[in-house]
This record gives sequence, C-alpha cells and structure tokens, in this order.
Amino acid sequence: MKNGFAIFFAAFVVLGGSWCAFVLAPELQLGGAKQTSVLNSSEVYPIQRSGDATLGLQIYRANGCAACHTEQVQQDDVGCDMMLTSVGKNTNAVHEAYQSYFNTILREHLVGPRVVDSIDRIATNRGPWPGKLPVRILAPVDKFFADLEADKIAAAGGKIEIQIVALGPDIARGWGLRHSVAEDFLYDYPVQPGSLRAGPDLAGVGAWMPDLNSQLMHLYAPRSVVKDSVMPPFRFLFEIKKIGDAPSPDALNLRKEFAPPAGYEVVPKPEAKELAAYLLSLHADVPLYDAPFTSLSASTNAPANKP
Amino acid sequence: MTVNENPPTNPTTQEIDFSCRVPLLALFGGGALWLVIGSLLGLIASIKFHAPEFLADCAWLTYGHVQPAADDALLYGFCIPAGLGVALWLFARIGQTPLRGIIVPVVAANLWHLGVLVGLVGIFIGDSTGFAWLEFPRGGSAILFFAYLLLAMWAMMNFTGRRERALCPSHWFLVAALFWFPWIYSTANLLLVAWPVRGVVQVIIAWWFGNNLVFLWTSLVGLGAAFYFLPKFAGRPLQTYYYALFAFWTLLLFGSARGIPAGAPVPAWLPTLSAVNSLLLIVPVIAIAVIGWKTLYGAAGSECKGGPFCMIKFGFVAFVLSGLLQFATSCPHFSRLVQFTWFGAAQTQLQLYGFFTITMFGAIYHILPRIMGFELPFPKLVRVQHWFAILGVVIFVVALAVGGMEQGLKLNDPNVAFADVTKSVLPFLRASTTGLLLMLAANLLFAANLFALTLKWKIALAKTAFAAVTAPLEKPEVEA
Repeated sequence: MKNGFAIFFAAFVVLGGSWCAFVLAPELQLGGAKQTSVLNSSEVYPIQRSGDATLGLQIYRANGCAACHTEQVQQDDVGCDMMLTSVGKNTNAVHEAYQSYFNTILREHLVGPRVVDSIDRIATNRGPWPGKLPVRILAPVDKFFADLEADKIAAAGGKIEIQIVALGPDIARGWGLRHSVAEDFLYDYPVQPGSLRAGPDLAGVGAWMPDLNSQLMHLYAPRSVVKDSVMPPFRFLFEIKKIGDAPSPDALNLRKEFAPPAGYEVVPKPEAKELAAYLLSLHADVPLYDAPFTSLSASTNAPANKP
Repeated sequence: MTVNENPPTNPTTQEIDFSCRVPLLALFGGGALWLVIGSLLGLIASIKFHAPEFLADCAWLTYGHVQPAADDALLYGFCIPAGLGVALWLFARIGQTPLRGIIVPVVAANLWHLGVLVGLVGIFIGDSTGFAWLEFPRGGSAILFFAYLLLAMWAMMNFTGRRERALCPSHWFLVAALFWFPWIYSTANLLLVAWPVRGVVQVIIAWWFGNNLVFLWTSLVGLGAAFYFLPKFAGRPLQTYYYALFAFWTLLLFGSARGIPAGAPVPAWLPTLSAVNSLLLIVPVIAIAVIGWKTLYGAAGSECKGGPFCMIKFGFVAFVLSGLLQFATSCPHFSRLVQFTWFGAAQTQLQLYGFFTITMFGAIYHILPRIMGFELPFPKLVRVQHWFAILGVVIFVVALAVGGMEQGLKLNDPNVAFADVTKSVLPFLRASTTGLLLMLAANLLFAANLFALTLKWKIALAKTAFAAVTAPLEKPEVEA
C-alpha cells in the first residue's frame, strides 16, 4: 500500500470481480434467453407485444410510471389445493376418508395464510356432498400431505386432483397468479420492474383490469375509477373537444363529476391508447417451469379479491 | 501540516490552495445551483402526494419526471462535482503539489454542468432511459463521461506527480472512486443505452450500477474526505492506519458486489450473492465506526461549533447508520417487510444527503476560505445551515423509514385494501415534505454563501483589472 500502483492493481482486481459477477455472468446466463414453453402446453412464452403495446411501453417509460408502480409480483410459497373431482360409488367411504383430516391433520402441513380458513371449511362441510363437483376440499397444504390424502380418498373410490397454487400477499391481492420471472421481461426495452409501490403492482393489470375503457378513464381521472386513488391524472394524454355531428366512438364515458362541460367530449390521444394497450398487455398469467401453478379455466381458481 | 517551513523553492500552502481556486469554484458553484434546483424539484414531487392535481396538466412535471430529475440533480448535479472538487484539493494539498493547467479542469467542470443540464432537460421532455440513476439520455451521459475523464485525469496527474510521496488512507479511497466511476458509467451506458442487452440483464446491470454509484462511490469519496478532515480537526492522527486499510478493502469487496434486491425476477443466485455481501458490509462499517470513535473520542482538538467539523462528524455518523441500514435490509425478513416501500427513499437520502452532501458541505466550507484567501461572506449562516440540513435530513429519513415499515406491514397483509395502505403513509409523507423544506433552506443558505463569495472575488478581480488597465499608462512613461 505504499505506492499508487499497488492500490490501482488491487482495486482493479476487486472491482473487476464485481463486474464479472454482476455484468458478465448474468449476460452469459441470460443474454441469449429465448422463449420458453408454457407448462403442460405446446404454447411458447412470452409472445411479442402488439405494436401499440410496444409503443405504450415507451409512454410508460417517458412518463416515469415506474417511479410509483412495480411490475414484480412476489410469492412466498407454493401450496396444493385438493380438488375432489369424483366421489365414485361409495360416497360415505370418501366422506369418511375426507373427514379423517381431523384425526390425522398436522398443522405443519398447512401452509400460507389460508390455514384457518381451510380448517373452518372442513368443520362446516360435514354434511352429505352437495353434489357439485369438482369441489375444493382443502387448501392449501404441502405436497406430501396432499399426496397422502389423495391416496386415502382414491382407496375409498374417489378421485382427487391436486392443483398447485402460488401463495403470498401479492397473490392474495389478485395482482397475479404467480411470481414474476425473468421471462416476463424478455422483449421489454427498457425493463422497468420498479422499486416503490406508491401505486399497485402492474404485472397483471391487464388481467385484473381488462377493460380498455376503464383503463382510459383511470388514466384521465383516476378517482373516477378508484375512489381514494392518489394517482395524478394524465389529462394531457387526452383531448377535450367539441362534439361534432356525432359523438366520436372513442369518447370516454365519464361519470358526471369528471365529465367535460356539455357539448364537449374527452377523446384519448394516440399516446393514451398506446399506454392503455401496454397496460392491457401486462398479464403474466401462464405457468412456467420456474413458476409453476395449475392453470384452470374453472372459476374456482380465480383470484380471491380485486384490489 | 507545517508546510511553511518548507524550503523556499517549494510551493507554499497558499500557492497550492490558490491553484485550485478557479476549478473548484466552477465545480462547487454549479453544484450549489443544482443542489437548490434538485431540492425544489424534490419538493414539487413530494407535494404531488398531498395534492395529486398539483401541476398535473403539465406533461413535463409529472411525478415520474420530477422525482428522477430531483434525484439526478442531487447526485450528478451536486454530489459528483463536489466530490471531484474536494478530491482535487485533497490531492493537491496532501501531495504538496499545485494544480497545473487549470484551464482543463475549469472547462471540464463547466462541461459537466452542461451535461447535467442536457440530461435534466432530457428527462423533462420524456427522453429518460427508464433506468434508475441512469435516466440521463445518451447526449447528457456522453458529455458527463468526457468531463469526468478530464477531471479524473487531472486529479490523477496531480496525484502521480505529487511531491510528498507518502500515501495516506484518503488517497486509497479517492483513487479507487476516481477509477471506478468511468468503469461503471461506461458499462451501464454501453450495455443499457447504446447496445442494450436482452431482458432482465438490463435491470441487473442497472441495479448493480445504481448501488455502485449511490452507495459505493459516495462512500469512497466521503470517507476519503472524512479520513483527512477528522484527524485534522481532532488534532490526532487517524486511528489507525491498519483499521483504515482493512475497512478500505472490505468496503470495496463487499460494497461493490451487491445491489440486486431480494425477490427480484432474476436468477436466485444474484439476490443471494447481493444479500450475503450486504450482510458482510457490517464488517467495514464496524471498522469505520471504530476508526471514527478512536480518532475523535476524547481528542483535544477544536470544538465543532456548528462549523465544518460538526458537519463532517454528522456525515460520518450518518454513514455508519446508512451502512447499518444496508445490513438490516439484507436480512430476509426485514427486506420482505420494507421492499417496495418508502424505506428505500429514506435509505437513499440518508446516504446521499445525510452522509455525503453534509460531509461535502463541511469540506467545502473548510476549503473555500483557503482557496480564496478571505473568509466566507456570511460565516454565521454556516451554523444555521448546519442545523437546517441536519434537522431536515433527520426528519425526512425518520419519517420515511417509519412510514415505509408501516406501509410494508400493511402491504404484506392482503386484508388491508390497497387504498388504505396508501392512506396510512400520507402523514409520513407530510413529515418528509417538512424535512425537504428544511433541506431546501439549508441548500439556499449554502448557495448564498458560495455565490456571495464568488461575487466578492469577481468584484475584487474587476477592481484589480480596472486598476491594471488604468495604472500602466503613466508608469511606462515614468520609466522611459
């Protein structure tokens, strides 16, 4: 340390190590990433966004939307939901096996925040089968316990389907069906996962707010859609103009207190439409190898509550 | 320190100080301007949370424009040029070598401020790159990079040509910082802006860059300055050389290889490696705290009296706190709590303002009278500013740190509606706005002192020039 060269050289080595680990290695690992296949499906993911949505990403960037919104759903764990799909001939035997949870249940097999909920459900479900199938009989438990119970019920003649679900507050808020992964951002430039949730996470906004008109109204007057929103309005993405011979088809259908004066209408500029197209294109909702869940069209697996 | 006893052929301390005058005034003056502009922008951004309609119809002034502009004005506008100015002076002073060819650093300093201007205008017109701490569009970045290279080269030339050959801890920290910025800045700009890499690699590099600039670069420069000034004020050598050596290497090693947040949508080894290094960061932080304690405790040095010594001491404590927060947020449970909350803003402000900016205030207030040869125009305001700055940053950081934890608790409970999460943070945001106001006042006082000083000097220059223009007409005749 007595001469400048020693400092320079040693600093070069240490800092070069940091560069190799955080620039070179990720580039080698992910720089050539390609589309992956969707779990249990022949489709590939991600699909390139539409032209409008790609332009909308630039509106999102230029206005710094990522200063307040993240695009990364977090997940604590995965659990198994047990769906009873068939009770077979001997309903009572299945019922018995099903009720044996109370005797054998080990609380450590129950994971996530819905523990109490599932116990309550079991407690209230003692009557005969309502006849509606499939029915979720316990959720969420870990895989070991799910398999154990599935075997028991299978032995009694019933059939169990085990569904993988993601768990965590973000999932419970309905922001997504699984945590965000690198694949979600493959075609984005710039990638803007955000770091502050002054507003909700948007990784799945296209899924939980799928209506174009609501998206546009929300951009024009956030409080017309979400009552206590602190989001600033983006009125400059819209035009207030006199209604011509006929109202334009794009005009927003606003509530009275947000509507322009009579004889005027609010029409989105192309930027607003592009931004809305981008927001609608955000729905990271397919299962992948590194973020599995059981994708169901059945409404039983719909997000619990909308934020 | 006993330079006046040097042989007469050697440059005196005064000559060395005066040689830095013009470049330092250019760096600090522009920096003070950006500091005030940055805190005004930060205030506008903060007000938007109390009144979402505030300036909403101006496309240039949405929160997403103003907040990054405020951050960048503080970091690129003030922190980096101030750090470079202080580094130039420290190299010249410790190495007993006057700065030569000052036209280059003067031009480079002005280029730097031009680059900041171009970058900020770029953000406002929507040309931001979209990467945190790298928002300046390519034109601005190119100017900044070039200006930095010139300044760093001049500092290094002064360093390599130093007459006092012995190296001290400040040198290690400053040389490493000078050298590291061009590396990370070029990497980030080339791989994110010029030839963008694919997918999440972009954001990995952006996070790595952000940590290295906001945390590591400022730590190296701020500590480099503190390790010169603290022993000087305390009247006792740095305690000890070997602690400093240990702190330097561990800080470089653990401080540089981190920055990827836990839970990020990237391969798991990256956040894990980051978290491990953040945990290990406790090692240099403790070493640095020990150095501060051993150097300052019970030292019979000068009292601080709200002057530079107080500021640098406060900055030093803020660094230790900031390092402890970096450690805390790498613990999985705590990081899960405060991720995506205002806690991050509190941490950034603690590092950039509480530690770095206030340390630079102290250093600049110490340097200015020496390079000018006369006292500050409003010496009493220094003390006032000291209190405004400290109170402001403490209020801001405490409010947002507590608010962030509150927000995190509610965000992690899916039974709390999102609107209620946002609402629960508003009182904390109001408190943080108060903090911003106090910091704005401190920054205005700093700028007032600096600009009045510059004006005084320019008037004196003009007087001398006027005298020079009017006087010689008679003299040659007499001599002839």
